[in-house]
Amino acid sequence: MENERLLVIFPHPDDEAFSSAGTIMQHAETKGPVTYVCLTLGEMGRNMGRPIFTNREELPHIRKQEMIEAAKRMMIEDLQLWGLRDKTVEFEDEALLAGRFRDLIRELRPSRVISFYPGYAVHPDHEATARAVVRSLRSIDAEERPEFLAVAFANNTRDDLGPAHVVNDVSAYTDRKIAALEAHASQTGGLLKAIEEDPHLRDLLVNERYYHYPL
Amino acid sequence: MQPIEIPVIQSYIDDHAGKPLYIHVETTNGAYATHRDPSFHNAGMFLRNAVITYERGVITGVGPYRIGLKLDHGWLYGEGLTDYEFAGEQLLIAGHDLEGRLAIAFELSPAPFAQGAQEVE
Repeated sequence: MENERLLVIFPHPDDEAFSSAGTIMQHAETKGPVTYVCLTLGEMGRNMGRPIFTNREELPHIRKQEMIEAAKRMMIEDLQLWGLRDKTVEFEDEALLAGRFRDLIRELRPSRVISFYPGYAVHPDHEATARAVVRSLRSIDAEERPEFLAVAFANNTRDDLGPAHVVNDVSAYTDRKIAALEAHASQTGGLLKAIEEDPHLRDLLVNERYYHYPL
Repeated sequence: MQPIEIPVIQSYIDDHAGKPLYIHVETTNGAYATHRDPSFHNAGMFLRNAVITYERGVITGVGPYRIGLKLDHGWLYGEGLTDYEFAGEQLLIAGHDLEGRLAIAFELSPAPFAQGAQEVE
């Protein structure tokens, strides 16, 4: 096995599983270790389980345990929970956050970074994370810069950006991707019904799509 | 959580009148409402660990319920409340929609609510 590291940076527990569980597992099995920096605990999520099994104050504890279990299922070796608060990433100091990303990239020397695509990431925390990741990558010399795979899922993504630049066939990992999603139980109750109803989600179980953001 | 019982909530409100309380109040439609339905106007807010004191407070309605706390210089109001739970001295009240998703949180506590990374150590 090669020894390339994958660095995944998202703001919420479950962002990684929905967008990239297959790619993460494939990397862990064939290329090398995976680090996941999860900025918040998703403590402001509005799903409390179906049926309800938690509440606003208990949710961060539950989601932390879910994240640890999901990371195990996805073979994420290095899970880093940075302790920002859900919904507030865009109000933090972007330069400071980008600096922390840059320091981590210099320390870990990943061959690839996965995060969101600025402008097409829908949730304000996603957008703020994407901007800080781009800023950190731009501060690194091009020859040392890891490949950046950006997740875009705004409704106008395809119209504006065209088809994805990288389409990763993860059909060999579909069952394990579902298992990773199910580990985030407070947020993915009713998952099987959602898979039935949502063509985007069905596609995500077999194809994980990424764009190269111009750096 | 369990369905709201007016006497239980009213008794907590009465017991804490005139004493400083930390609040966590929040309304939300979820961050993806407009993504799923572009005609939907998403709005929400939260306020965590502000301190209030009220002279009187009432819970009312036939379910979902409303609470109004008459503050020294204003009001704190919440509607759409359905469930509650005590966590030590904290009173956690929530309003859930038909699918069980949180629509409003209305929480009172004599001590600050947990904040930041250390809250889940």
